[in-house]
Amino acid sequence: MTPHMLTRSLDRSATIFLAVVAACGILIPLSNLLLPAGSFLQVPTYLVALWGKYVCYAILALSIDLIWGYCGILSLGHGAFFALGGYAMGMYLMRQIGTRGVYGNPVLPDFMVFLNWEKLPWYWYGFDMFWFAALMVLVVPGLLAFCFGWLAFRSRVTGVYLSIITQAMTYALLLAFFRNDFGFGGNNGLTDFKDILGFNVQAEGTRAALFALSCLALIVGFLICRAIVSSKLGKVLIAVRDAESRTRFLGYRVESYKLFVFTVSACMAGVAGALYVPQVGIINPSEFAPGNSIEAVIWVAVGGRGTLVGAALGAVVVNYAKTFFTSGVLAPYWLFMLGALFILVTLLLPKGIVGTFNAWWDSSKEKRTAATSVSAAAEDGVTEPKMAE
Amino acid sequence: MPAHLSARLCSLALSLFLIAFALPAFAGPFEDAVAKFANDDFSDTEEAIGVVAGSGNPLAFPIISALQDGRLMADPDSKKVYVTGADGKSIDAATGAAVASVPDNASAVRLNNRLRRSVDAALGGLTLQSPDVGTRLQAAQSVFKSHEETALEAVDAALAKETNRSVKTALGEARAAILLFKTDATEVEKLEAVATLKARGDQDALALLTGMGDQPASVTKAAASAIGSIQSSLAVWSMVQNAWYGLSLGSVLLLAAIGLAITFGVMGVINMAHGEMVMIGAYTTFVVQEVIRTRYPGLFDYSLLIAVPLAFLVAGAIGVLIERSIIRFLYGRPLETLLATWGLSLVLQQAVRTMFGPTNREVGNPSWMSGAFELGQITITYNRLWILVFTLAVFMILLAMLRYTALGLEMRAVTQNRRMAASMGIATSRVDALTFGLGSGIAGIAGVALSQIDNVSPNLGQSYIIDSFMVVVFGGVGNLWGTLVGAFTLGIANKFLEPVAGAVLGKIAILVLIILFIQKRPRGLFALKGRAVEA
Amino acid sequence: MFSKSTHDIAASFSRRGVLAATAGLVLGLASLTGAKAADDTIKVGVLHSLSGTMAISETTLKDTILFLIDEQNKKGGVLGKKLEAVVVDPASNWPLFAEKARELITKDKVSVVFGCWTSVSRKSVLPVFKELNNILFYPVQYEGEESERNVFYTGAAPNQQAIPAVDYLMKEEKVKRWVLAGTDYVYPRTTNKILEAYLKSKGVAQEDIMINYTPFGHSDWQTIVADIKKFGSAGKKTAVVSTINGDANVPFYKELGNQGIKAKDIPVVAFSVGEEELAGIDTKPLVGHLAAWNYFESIKTKDGSNEKFIKDWQAYTKNPKRVTNDPMEAHVIGFNMWVKAVEKVKSTDPDKVIDALPGIEAPNLTGGVSKMLPNHHITKPVFIGEIKANGQFDVVWKTPGLVAGDAWSKELEGSKDLIGDWVGKKCGNFNTKTNKCLGSGS
Repeated sequence: MTPHMLTRSLDRSATIFLAVVAACGILIPLSNLLLPAGSFLQVPTYLVALWGKYVCYAILALSIDLIWGYCGILSLGHGAFFALGGYAMGMYLMRQIGTRGVYGNPVLPDFMVFLNWEKLPWYWYGFDMFWFAALMVLVVPGLLAFCFGWLAFRSRVTGVYLSIITQAMTYALLLAFFRNDFGFGGNNGLTDFKDILGFNVQAEGTRAALFALSCLALIVGFLICRAIVSSKLGKVLIAVRDAESRTRFLGYRVESYKLFVFTVSACMAGVAGALYVPQVGIINPSEFAPGNSIEAVIWVAVGGRGTLVGAALGAVVVNYAKTFFTSGVLAPYWLFMLGALFILVTLLLPKGIVGTFNAWWDSSKEKRTAATSVSAAAEDGVTEPKMAE
Repeated sequence: MPAHLSARLCSLALSLFLIAFALPAFAGPFEDAVAKFANDDFSDTEEAIGVVAGSGNPLAFPIISALQDGRLMADPDSKKVYVTGADGKSIDAATGAAVASVPDNASAVRLNNRLRRSVDAALGGLTLQSPDVGTRLQAAQSVFKSHEETALEAVDAALAKETNRSVKTALGEARAAILLFKTDATEVEKLEAVATLKARGDQDALALLTGMGDQPASVTKAAASAIGSIQSSLAVWSMVQNAWYGLSLGSVLLLAAIGLAITFGVMGVINMAHGEMVMIGAYTTFVVQEVIRTRYPGLFDYSLLIAVPLAFLVAGAIGVLIERSIIRFLYGRPLETLLATWGLSLVLQQAVRTMFGPTNREVGNPSWMSGAFELGQITITYNRLWILVFTLAVFMILLAMLRYTALGLEMRAVTQNRRMAASMGIATSRVDALTFGLGSGIAGIAGVALSQIDNVSPNLGQSYIIDSFMVVVFGGVGNLWGTLVGAFTLGIANKFLEPVAGAVLGKIAILVLIILFIQKRPRGLFALKGRAVEA
Repeated sequence: MFSKSTHDIAASFSRRGVLAATAGLVLGLASLTGAKAADDTIKVGVLHSLSGTMAISETTLKDTILFLIDEQNKKGGVLGKKLEAVVVDPASNWPLFAEKARELITKDKVSVVFGCWTSVSRKSVLPVFKELNNILFYPVQYEGEESERNVFYTGAAPNQQAIPAVDYLMKEEKVKRWVLAGTDYVYPRTTNKILEAYLKSKGVAQEDIMINYTPFGHSDWQTIVADIKKFGSAGKKTAVVSTINGDANVPFYKELGNQGIKAKDIPVVAFSVGEEELAGIDTKPLVGHLAAWNYFESIKTKDGSNEKFIKDWQAYTKNPKRVTNDPMEAHVIGFNMWVKAVEKVKSTDPDKVIDALPGIEAPNLTGGVSKMLPNHHITKPVFIGEIKANGQFDVVWKTPGLVAGDAWSKELEGSKDLIGDWVGKKCGNFNTKTNKCLGSGS
């Protein structure tokens, strides 16, 4: 397959992907809001919330694919950036509760009141303003990724070592956020949100708007990733992925490239987390659990590593499977199904769904092209030489 | 007091009593007190214990030891109380007369913690002159704990006759404890008592000295200096204790990680199902113990010895199966093995949950792994000690196997240069399967040991997998010695941090330290050198 | 070999089409699962984790509800309709709890949900129940500080468990020094805050209270047990009040037993250790340690209701060794209260049932009758049990009558003036000082 064909095929699937996401982002909220409840085409609100969650996961998967699929950095701690973004948004939402908390304290969130905190810790300052929280959604994960990456890439920590220390990072954060002394609500996390920008988070309109916004974020994220990977920078990243030392010897500052893309990816994950929180209504330390990060990597693998569309698709497919299997008669067996799915995908579809589809498509195209030429040749009266026995 | 011993003593006393005394039944204070046992009221029971123990009646010992063992039966309707012997014979507790059978509605007299302490104190006073050394020692210790003035006479009498050295010391300490709290003891006696306790020098002595209340000035002063010296010696011991705890934690980490050091370190397979192999080992132990409990209860103490090879075989066989059916298709794609084995771990967890239920399963400690002994001022529990010994043994055997056996040679050859090894005629795929089986089998063995200190539940493996990876990476992938040093370093660091920072912050600090350490040495403590590294 | 025409078709069968079709199929499937017609059964949602870390405790509760529904159906169901359980698995994943709650209410149209174990799972589903106006019965002892219109708390509030236990230790064991050991999450934090305030009000000095928190699933207890031992040898009678969470208890008790801390010396009273947890431990070294609950399997009742329940339960689960425990009893009480309320208003409409529930009485399994209070908590007896060698508890003390559950703790500064009253005030957090319903109220 020539590079030319590669870009062209990517372009095409990208267009379709964007069209589908945009269509979902417009049609689902409209159908939810405008059609009468109970009509066949009306999307019920709970599905809007559910799909909103999937879309956020898709953004997270994109961010992982950007570094893993194109730069070879396998982060087993990306859930940490997602959760940090979520906490930043959660803190804003907590401050919006105001006097409507159970104790009616205008400043302190409920969990602080009943643990006898007297005043708001300094790191909660500013989160009553949306712009500040929105900025922090990008800055906090970005800064952590920058510091972490700066240390790790400069010391040339690679491969499994990097994966394991990213896991250590998210595990340490998990333990830290569990601590009630830390001031983030401990195990219960942040919950019982009321308003976002003055709109009730539970209103159907807000849910629909959040869904549309998530789709928009997915589109923007996708375009950013596309722009990165198809630029010259992207070529260098792929070179780093395939032969890091060689790229370095060619004179590229590998660590700077890695650091840049790692930070961008962390910011994206943060945005995904920020959109996720108002839609699911809770953020708590279990989002930092290493298992979550591993699962997010698996979405990418299932969809197809190194194909941006695949990453997003994988997140949706796996999570849809999870939703589907965890209710009804299958509920006691869902872990078998999910586990089997992971095993079978890695064994049978090593390139993931989209990767395999692309490969199948290209090979069948080649076959068709070959078939065309053969049939053309046959018409010309030329026969293939027979293989020797 | 061990149950069998007291039972034997009791039946001895019982038969002696039956032969020698045949007292007529008087309704005296003793009989009234005995009847109080039938009231099922803790205060009445306590009162009864006091009266019975102080009565001097030869029935006192059989009654109170029966009370301790739950063999004192009371009939709430007739208010009659019976002592049932270990041999099934029963007597009327008030009269000592043998009875044919205890009425059906009689139930054992209940105790709570306060009463257990009273029983201990009473038995201590009653058994200070027992013919058995162990019983006497125990009696002296319980008198030391209760240090009640009433026991002083008995202690003095026992001291005069005592010949055994350790019992004598214990009696001396008991005497000191009593005197310290006795209001009318002389100053000289009290000073002596303080000195005796200072010589004892442990937490209990410290407790007595700090809690003794108002005393003459000279005694207070002596006590203060004794407290100071005990505290400083205990501070040193607490360092030793932390070190020991660190070693112990390190041995657990090492045990959990050592199988991973093979599959991950030597073969490069990121086996996320490693924890589940540990879990399978623990469940094997459970099954072994279940069979032993139902069929051959006498073998219980050997259950772990039987479980170790079985767990190795079961987990090893499953490992080989996994390697043949999944891993072998994924060599050279380490990150994909991560995903497949993660899926596998979900399946294995749920399979165990379906087969054995989601709740914890009981795995008992054999007698040689229960309890603890004192080493200086620290307590060393037998299970931790055995796990440390066991871990080191497993490590040594593994090291020897890799170095001296043909399979070990082949393994190392395949690890270092697969293609070259294949060209030399080594069946690499067979070696792969065996290596993976070996790593899994060792994880299974770890499960046997971990079942002794942790939950045996489907979640068992999950709690060790992250720590195991940290240990292997910290120590340096592909180096067993690195894993050893890594595990003990992390264990000891953790245990020295914990008292300062608390358990949670300590653990966070360790994780941050690992992250920073990896920046310094990107390939762990003991990095492999050479071309293999870049491959 | 392709003929020309098929080749053309194949070529026009583009990648675009395939992808779009797949996306359409997925969407279609998703919306299909959304529509399902209600039929002539009453649906009861069961929201307990069947996998993940909490499965260890919650699976039994799922079985309990299935058992109760089975029994009720044998009696002819409710309002002439059979009950039908809808079981989902929130997999110990807190956001998934919210998702599944939403699914149960919107898609399956359940009339009531029995579920949750951890506080965080309850907090996670709370907004869903408020928004969609349905009923949740929550069966586990918890930290209090909550009274919601849509939730009925059938487990113990702190004043129905922690404070009586401490009273017992002070009175019966003359404890003067206290170790409050817990897992670092909200329930232990709050309980310990309440106990600390309570102990101080009883004249216990600050230096006689040691508070220690450990992470979830903590398994290396050597240091902490040694610290407890040290703290306990200061010459005053010491006890440990343990709010250590489920999984961490086994290694904790194993370490206690092995380091030779006997109940006689330093008793441990636990609020999260019941028959189920003990089933996984060798209890011989633990004899005499305590637990405070509102129900013990070993309790003998005059009318034999507990004995009958245990027998039926073991027959239903086909396991003669299956134990019962406190949260199970809470579900039994809650379930029976719900049935009575539904029969009273002859409807499963949540609004009607919510209004009918306060005042409903249902027998508990220990011979008494529990009552639903206006604050949506219930009255319960409190028992202190000592661990016996067979893994059961010997009740050594109990409250003379039933204790009413306080939604808001009187010991905490922020909540001492609050009450929950959904009958008169229609408010879950009513400030009796200012006579105002705080916050959003409903």
